[in-house]
Amino acid sequence: MIESSENYQSSGADGRAVSVAAAEWIQRRHFWDWSENDQAEFDAWLSSDPLNLVTYLRVESAWKRTERLAALGPTAPALSPTAERKPHWPALSRIAIALIVVGVSVSAAWYAVQPKEITYVTPIGVHETITLTDGSQVELNTDSVMRTRADADRRMIMLDKGEAFFRIKHDAANPFIVLAGGQRVTDLGTKFLIRETDDKVEVAVLEGSAKLESADAHSAVLKAGDVAMVATHSIAITRKSGQDLANAVAWRQGMLVFSQTPLADVAGELNRYNAKKLIIADSNIAKDKIGGTFPTNGVNEVVAAARLLFGLRIEDRGSEIVISR
Amino acid sequence: MADKRQTSHENADTRALEALGVTDVNAWFVREVLPLEALLMHYLRRQWPNQGEVEDLRQDVYVRVHEAGRRQIPSQTKPFVFRIAHDLLVDRIRREQIVPIEAIADFDELDIAIEAPSPDRTVIARDELRRLQAALDKLPPRAREAVVLGRIEGLSGREIAQRMGISPATASAHLTGGIHALADILHGENGTQDHKL
Repeated sequence: MIESSENYQSSGADGRAVSVAAAEWIQRRHFWDWSENDQAEFDAWLSSDPLNLVTYLRVESAWKRTERLAALGPTAPALSPTAERKPHWPALSRIAIALIVVGVSVSAAWYAVQPKEITYVTPIGVHETITLTDGSQVELNTDSVMRTRADADRRMIMLDKGEAFFRIKHDAANPFIVLAGGQRVTDLGTKFLIRETDDKVEVAVLEGSAKLESADAHSAVLKAGDVAMVATHSIAITRKSGQDLANAVAWRQGMLVFSQTPLADVAGELNRYNAKKLIIADSNIAKDKIGGTFPTNGVNEVVAAARLLFGLRIEDRGSEIVISR
Repeated sequence: MADKRQTSHENADTRALEALGVTDVNAWFVREVLPLEALLMHYLRRQWPNQGEVEDLRQDVYVRVHEAGRRQIPSQTKPFVFRIAHDLLVDRIRREQIVPIEAIADFDELDIAIEAPSPDRTVIARDELRRLQAALDKLPPRAREAVVLGRIEGLSGREIAQRMGISPATASAHLTGGIHALADILHGENGTQDHKL
């Protein structure tokens, strides 16, 4: 039994009281107004006793898992004011792929495909800030393709490839919509990050909130700190610390931050930014973990770290660097 | 040419070492230690005569594990955690003289005897959803309602209170109770389920 009486002021042992206190902090921060004073008080509580910290980590990690319950949330009919306007957006078309090829040699070149549609392309290793006519800003990361389309009653962006950071001028009457990989994100006053990979779309909200609607009509409202991984038929939402989110957008300053990251993922990340590719030749070392802050072009630094930490063999083949045991 | 390359490597080495200062003990704790909880509770319940103290013991183990992890994150988390749990029990027994030390089984044997749940929680989202729903269903009804309104419908505390027709303070208490109970349910799910005596 958990608490049959629904009386939560449990009298039990110390550990239990701390656990209840941790739950109290979590819900206060999550569901109620949260001031800087609250934050200071919370920080003090957290650092005053190691028991508080580990208990908080324990309760918080369970609570984070339940973020995914948002995927069960009311779907289109219940919370979709935009649905009334019968939005219909093109499924990601292969036209996008053609545009990538066309634009690849030019940094943030744009092509007027239709009168109202503009395509932006960034080559490998380059990121560009684009200010839209409404004052919203988009930072397009390396190797990315984006199209903008402004209608009378909505602003729309199609992120066809790669990653972009959005700072949106909110306007409830004229919602800002981003389509990526069949998912649709509507800003509700927001800074957010969207990254599209082969099989999924990642949406991280840094400020404000955003509504996420997947192709199969699941929807969720993401708040600051939420990170959603959307794959076919699933949305997994986790909550990240401010630090983790700051790390996720460190590329805006030309940096990459890793923490206990498998070498394979580090290589994959660096390869997005560099023409010279890192190849991990051995599946065992691919799992070795490193942490640290590296420049996006810091292939040499990462290679050095692999050599120093794990004693790995490095072979520079010109267009690629092979790391092996 | 060779010299120049050497220098660039050295620079890269220095920068790499500087960059490598990051070790995130909290992330390690959440990712690798907490998933062992069901197993750890099983161990503590079997080893400790007073079941009412087991929860506290677990928290003491966590504090010690976290402190030790801050000095150095071990390469093998599971034996590390159970070594600490074992040592803690031995310490407590010495102090309290309640059971002979021999009564504490060697954790190595025990460790082998129980198959640990994999700390690698790569669950398919849908399975995870089913588990979360099952966890929700174990909550007391009012706590469940508050959590559902907050988590699934995305309401704020104030809205939850309104919807449930209760005061904000009561809504707050239900949320606290729900979150607290969810931690026990979700961390205990991989092992013996009959927790809380």
